[in-house]
Amino acid sequence: MMACHFLRALFRIQQTSTSSSSSGRSRRIRRAAYASMAYSAGTRRAWSRALLRKLRSRARLRFPRRLSRAATPQRRDMDQAQVLRKLVPGGPSMDDCKLLEETADYIRCLTTQVRLMQTVMDSISS
Amino acid sequence: MSSRRSRISEEEIAELLSKLQSLLPEARRRGTSRASASKLLKETCNYIKSLHREVDDLSDRLSEMMATMDMDSAQAEIIRSLFRP
Repeated sequence: MMACHFLRALFRIQQTSTSSSSSGRSRRIRRAAYASMAYSAGTRRAWSRALLRKLRSRARLRFPRRLSRAATPQRRDMDQAQVLRKLVPGGPSMDDCKLLEETADYIRCLTTQVRLMQTVMDSISS
Repeated sequence: MSSRRSRISEEEIAELLSKLQSLLPEARRRGTSRASASKLLKETCNYIKSLHREVDDLSDRLSEMMATMDMDSAQAEIIRSLFRP
């Protein structure tokens, strides 16, 4: 199901972006990737619900790449859980237990999406 | 972790952590012994960040390829390859 949604989005992007820049198209593809992940999990998961809300509000999809500037080399448990909360959609409102469950599901979904994109790339380039 | 853990048992956390560890890529798993919670969370964060980067990178590359290719003929090929056993 994730594949159908993503492929349809790709074909739509191809048809409607003949003159736009490669980076604009890349942003649309990236958005389609996260959208297909969110739709495949639907409202079953807190992370997918949070992602769907973000997509529908047309907010920019941003995930933090770097730790804060004040980061020390030695980080305790608590800090790592906080970092994780910023990476998983809907993280900030989850307790530790929920965070771990949602993270596992989010990772499974991400890896599936990455594999799907790699498959599409491989078949186009062959 | 944080103080919000008071109602959740240690065992539940340990089980969830071990499930998480099984999802991390092989190379990052330090043998079969269970990593400390802190190390595990750090590896999890790094793994998620690398997956986000892969999505970005694949989006860039797909975008470049789509500029030059004929999507119609690629459609059939993509769908075929997705259902290949």
